[in-house]
Amino acid sequence: MKIVVTLRKIAERIARTSSFRLTLLAVLSAMVVGAFIIVLSDINKLQNGDILGAIKTVGSAYWALVIGSVGSLRAISATINSATPLILCGVSVAVAFKAGLFNIGATGQMLAGGMAALWVGFAMDGPGFVQVPLAVLAGALGGAAYGAIPGILKARTGAHEVITTIMLNNMAGFLVLWLLKTNLYQREDRTDPISKLVTAPGHLPRLFGFMDNRPDLIAHAGFVVAILAVIVYSWFLNRSTTGFEFRAFGMNADAAQYAGMHTKRLTVMAMMFAGGFAGLAGSAEVLGTYGYASQNFAGNIGYDAIAIALLGRSTPLGTLFAALLFGALQAGGRQMQANTDVPIDLIVVLRALIVMFIAAPLLIKAIWRIKVEPTSLGQAFRGQGS
Amino acid sequence: MNMRKQTMKGLAVGLVAVFALAACGGSDTASDTTAAAVDTTPAAPTGLACEVTDTGGVDDKGFNQIAYEGLLQAADSLGVTTEVLESVSDADYAPNLQSFVDKGCNIIITVGFLLADATKTFAEANPTVQFAIVDSNTSAANVQGLTFATDQPSFLAGYMAAATTQTGIVGTFGGINIPPVSIFMQGFAKGVEYYNAQKGTSVKVLGWDMAKQDGTFAGNFNSLDDGRNIAKSQSDEGADIIFPVAGPVGLGSAAFAMESGGKVKIIGVDVDMSVSNATQAEVYVASVLKKIDAAVLAAVGSALNGEGGGTDYLGTLENGGVGVAITSTITPELQAELDAVTAGIIDGSIVSK
Repeated sequence: MKIVVTLRKIAERIARTSSFRLTLLAVLSAMVVGAFIIVLSDINKLQNGDILGAIKTVGSAYWALVIGSVGSLRAISATINSATPLILCGVSVAVAFKAGLFNIGATGQMLAGGMAALWVGFAMDGPGFVQVPLAVLAGALGGAAYGAIPGILKARTGAHEVITTIMLNNMAGFLVLWLLKTNLYQREDRTDPISKLVTAPGHLPRLFGFMDNRPDLIAHAGFVVAILAVIVYSWFLNRSTTGFEFRAFGMNADAAQYAGMHTKRLTVMAMMFAGGFAGLAGSAEVLGTYGYASQNFAGNIGYDAIAIALLGRSTPLGTLFAALLFGALQAGGRQMQANTDVPIDLIVVLRALIVMFIAAPLLIKAIWRIKVEPTSLGQAFRGQGS
Repeated sequence: MNMRKQTMKGLAVGLVAVFALAACGGSDTASDTTAAAVDTTPAAPTGLACEVTDTGGVDDKGFNQIAYEGLLQAADSLGVTTEVLESVSDADYAPNLQSFVDKGCNIIITVGFLLADATKTFAEANPTVQFAIVDSNTSAANVQGLTFATDQPSFLAGYMAAATTQTGIVGTFGGINIPPVSIFMQGFAKGVEYYNAQKGTSVKVLGWDMAKQDGTFAGNFNSLDDGRNIAKSQSDEGADIIFPVAGPVGLGSAAFAMESGGKVKIIGVDVDMSVSNATQAEVYVASVLKKIDAAVLAAVGSALNGEGGGTDYLGTLENGGVGVAITSTITPELQAELDAVTAGIIDGSIVSK
């Protein structure tokens, strides 16, 4: 269970460090390292001794990141669009974290939810005010059902959720591939694994749909769903009895059990909640971004969400902002690739560096010569099998 | 870090410089939108050919890379400027196409059927831009589908494998059971079947069932371990020539063939793998060629002339869009037979799928 121990250590370390300033410095440090990588990737200029040119490349790359993420209405729309599934999956991982569980399975839950939402999306033909909520709800239920599996396995047999959720991701991937080849899902005139199209009234309305002739503004109402999800998560965590039980369970499972909480029920519920949020992400992608499903519509979102939940310390606002940051990097990365010659892989490196620096507050402390104060958030991550 | 991009450096220098200036320019350009920033580039060159990859990226050693090579050939021989955008996820297709439309590309090449929907949407919204899509059919008046009759060269490869097998058993497997993959396997099995009918032999094909149109699939296009394991199990069942149709997965099969010490041979796919995978060249008896680069080059050429939309390019043995590279010694008799089969496929007397 080495991976679990490592993950938990990272999570604990992040939870203990003073948040805002550290995050800012981590982003800054990542950008500095990223700048060196950009310069190294342009080895021709270095060999020619063109230092100024290399610096200009860095400048134009980072400038494109800014322009491409917040520099225009289209850029903001692209950032919102990229952030939408990241927020929802981030909340999915975060809610499980709070209950002391590692949900690595957001990808699979997203696929399950997306396929459920998709079925409502193409099987019905309006009216929109019935079909869209129904499809979104189907997505949440599909994801919750898929999330329940590792929850039940853990509660009943003790099978560790890290292992089972990873395995269930693979199974979901192949399940989707199979479904997309069945008559139920496969588009009539196609032979490759691609689904039927969501009917026109079934699309999540576009946020900027009121503006004429701007089909390039791709953000959709899934973002509203995501914001609502953050609010619900915040209320649930801080105001509801079950939310309190989640937190108690996450801090100390034995104490929670001693206090009379049904820990098995909490385990299943936490995974179902996590699955439900990830399922919402799946429905947002299928009903809003694509309008259909291909084999890989979940992409890497479920895994990015782990980094987002860590970065946001699993708090509602933290997760929201971390997801927006990752969304901005994704949208800006496209612009960077289009405007400069810097490969889009740099974005992946930047994200990894940010999380790495967040996880290493002592490193940040040493680099920037500041005092990073450990704060006690009262949050510990419950160990299992360690 | 990224050698492939270096080749584009020269072409992109102008653009980079403009944006570097924009970056240093401060607040006067800061509020501009992207579109406005693009407008500040020098007058568009005579031809701008652009390519959007699918999630494989231009260094996938597969069709994205070959299509990109076709684009570079177009830059050399037609003098067009080229640009490429890689897609990290399906969500990137539309934004990438959007930025190319904004840049005023004369032709936009999209690679793979995954981009079919996005290509159709943008083609309909931008009727003055030419589009070409690899491995998919045309979907609008300004879209040229670039498709390949890869059953034809696979048929030849199957015939050759049946003629040269020592054990009387040959094998094939795919990445995922989709038409651009299974068409190779079908052609291969048909070629073996034809050889059996001609010679009264009973060479067996593992990994593809023509009746069920199903067979052995790795389930992905990237696991070398899967390629090794499938090749090993087919070898255990007696196959001595294996035809993997699964991109990099086949490299695992080649590695297994290397270790087998000549017991197992491999037929390469898409490109001449004795060249692209030179360190293991000795295991390849032949390669089935799908010349996506030639198709891309042709598509760029016809788009510059304002033609090509609404029709499909089909690469065949006849027009050289597909072929077989034989990289082992074969008898003159077999070569003559293969030539005859080729002629038969071209004139339609032999059905290869």
